[in-house]
Amino acid sequence: MLKYLARRLAATLMVITLVSMSVFLIFDVLPMDPARLTCGKGCSPAVIEANRHRLGLDVPVQVQYGRFVKGLFVDRQYGDGAAAFSCPAPAFGYSFNRHECVTTLIADALPVTFSLAIGAFFLWLLIGISLGVIAAKRQGKWQDKASTAFVLFGISLPTFISGILILLMALKFRLIDPIEMGRWVSPFESPIGWAKNFIFPWLTLALAFAATYTRFTRSNVLETSSEDYIRTARAKGLSEKVVLRKHILRAALAPILTIAGLDFAGLLGGAIITENIFNLPGLGRLSIRAVLNDYDLPVIVATTLLAATFVVVMNLLVDIAYAYIDPRVRVA
Amino acid sequence: MKPFLEVKNLTVSFPTEDGLVRASNDVSFTVARGETLAVVGESGSGKSVTSLAVMGLHSRRSANISGQAILHLPTGPMDTISATPEAVRKLRGKSMAMIFQDPMSALHPYYSIGDQIAEAWALYNKGSKADGIRRATEMLELVGIPEPGKRVREFPHQFSGGMRQRVMIAMALVNNPSLLIADEPTTALDVTVQSQILKLLKDMQKEFNMAVILITHDLGVVAEVADRVCVMYAGKIVEQAEINDIYYKPDHPYTIGLLNSIPRVDQLEGRRLQAIPGQPPSLISLPKGCAFRSRCSFSEQVPDNRCATEVPDLNEKLEGHFSRCHLTETQLTRARSLAGSK
Ligand SMILES: Nc1ncnc2c1ncn2[C@@H]1O[C@H](COP(=O)(O)OP(=O)(O)OP(=O)(O)O)[C@@H](O)[C@H]1O
Ligand code: SF4
Ligand SMILES: [Mg+2]
Repeated sequence: MLKYLARRLAATLMVITLVSMSVFLIFDVLPMDPARLTCGKGCSPAVIEANRHRLGLDVPVQVQYGRFVKGLFVDRQYGDGAAAFSCPAPAFGYSFNRHECVTTLIADALPVTFSLAIGAFFLWLLIGISLGVIAAKRQGKWQDKASTAFVLFGISLPTFISGILILLMALKFRLIDPIEMGRWVSPFESPIGWAKNFIFPWLTLALAFAATYTRFTRSNVLETSSEDYIRTARAKGLSEKVVLRKHILRAALAPILTIAGLDFAGLLGGAIITENIFNLPGLGRLSIRAVLNDYDLPVIVATTLLAATFVVVMNLLVDIAYAYIDPRVRVA
Repeated sequence: MKPFLEVKNLTVSFPTEDGLVRASNDVSFTVARGETLAVVGESGSGKSVTSLAVMGLHSRRSANISGQAILHLPTGPMDTISATPEAVRKLRGKSMAMIFQDPMSALHPYYSIGDQIAEAWALYNKGSKADGIRRATEMLELVGIPEPGKRVREFPHQFSGGMRQRVMIAMALVNNPSLLIADEPTTALDVTVQSQILKLLKDMQKEFNMAVILITHDLGVVAEVADRVCVMYAGKIVEQAEINDIYYKPDHPYTIGLLNSIPRVDQLEGRRLQAIPGQPPSLISLPKGCAFRSRCSFSEQVPDNRCATEVPDLNEKLEGHFSRCHLTETQLTRARSLAGSK
């Protein structure tokens, strides 16, 4: 098991390295020129070149990458002479548009995105798994039909519509204060304020995911229920409750864990639509703003990399958890 | 011998889109403690469906069940067909236990062997988890699994088919059940392992004085272990008798066909095995007369074309020997000599 862990960890680090290299290469070959975008129409070539140097884009891409990697471990210097300043390690770069170290921008946005993702995650698992199990246990009955209706509704409604509907409702019934909306409240200072801030975004995200998870749970529970080993469990004389909890759910929910982990990791990269609707200053908004408003390359590179890293790392965690749950994987 | 299980007119049918599947049709038999009843028949004849009905393991949604399956418990008789699901559940494991056809899929892949046996034990015994594992280890030793102390912590995928079947037996026997239903316990295994498992079952029966129902489609398996035999065809019992009567005085043409299809040491070497040609009828639309008629080479011996028009009853032709066939003893003897078989 330790050997397996070491191997997986090494592989994960390698993937992250490869991904980060690709990100640099991709933005290098894209036709956009950040230096050109730094000043207006009448910009002289000399100013553009100066800016290019300031941005650190006047060197070949492999050198840029080298500086980036170094910055992750030691403080990074920007500018020359009297105007020189530094971003402390781990430095993801410096945004000349926002006049901030990228690490600071991310550090502000990450708690927001994380709060959004974690709450939605538990909410959709709770809703999805409960509805799925009920639907499977009451196959063909009204509970099953109601949950199918919910699934259809949840899957067919795009997040930007359901989000806006939820927002409008919340505003109409004065459940959200439009001025306070999106202001960051730390859960450590005021757990209730935090939850109040996030409950509608959570609902928006959870609605879409819960539908998928309901369907998935239902079919997994039904499939597992017809396994021979479930009949064995009944033949032993176990009660239906124990058969369901200990025997059916253990096997039926294991694959759901894999998908849930990856969905969660995906959300950690930023939920662009939901964050925008509810004015949440998270990673999704940070990235979209960096792309749309000012082509803020250091921010774009950092958020892209971060999103990819979340997925890769979560993939590792899910595999480890799966090996813990399924002994067949453990030995192999 | 006073029977422990008494099955009376048990009928199980499944409503499907194509029609009603009559999988088990008016089945009656008994089995006493210390006795082994073999239920024989080819694939699809209703052996598993019948035994699952006795165990109360059909889902009430998909199966229509009528008739009775009475367990004569020390506390009084109890019909597992009409009792509440909860009452039947409390009989499972202790009063009746079952071993399933496919050992590869019958154990939960996520729990260790020890946990699975201990879980069954804990239902009827008080004790700690460690006591349960200790008991599981003893059971593994009893059923002949080497290094039980180590194996008890392992998982099903680490066991071979034969070893898994032993685990299943250990699990079924951990609460010392009064009735054991073994549904083709050896089908998935190779021949040497087969006879080991059968011997093990026989030993366990003696040790625990169980009533055993051994389900198989192989009459050869039956010879070593059974006291009595029920032969099933298309959901019905077609012949039922003592083991020797079945072997030496088979009455029903289907049984005769089955016997001809197994190798026997007491017969000429090199004699060709003949499987019964043809297919059993659809259980959705059973023929008007005898269900075996399309495959029966004796039906011309029965006058008036009765085989095609009249469903034969299960008659006690000799004492304790039942057969569902229109042939009389004389017609049967003549038919045998004509057919040139035994
Ligand atoms: N739930 C069900 N719904 C519909 N038909 C069923 C169901 N269960 C069993 N059957 C049918 O009932 C018939 C008898 O099945 P059963 O499993 O009892 O056969 P068997 O004698 O045990 O055969 P085998 O030797 O292959 O195990 C088969 O034709 C099967 O297709
Ligand atoms: S009743 Fe007729 S068809 Fe059926 S087994 Fe007897 S002889 Fe054959
Ligand atoms: Mg069967």
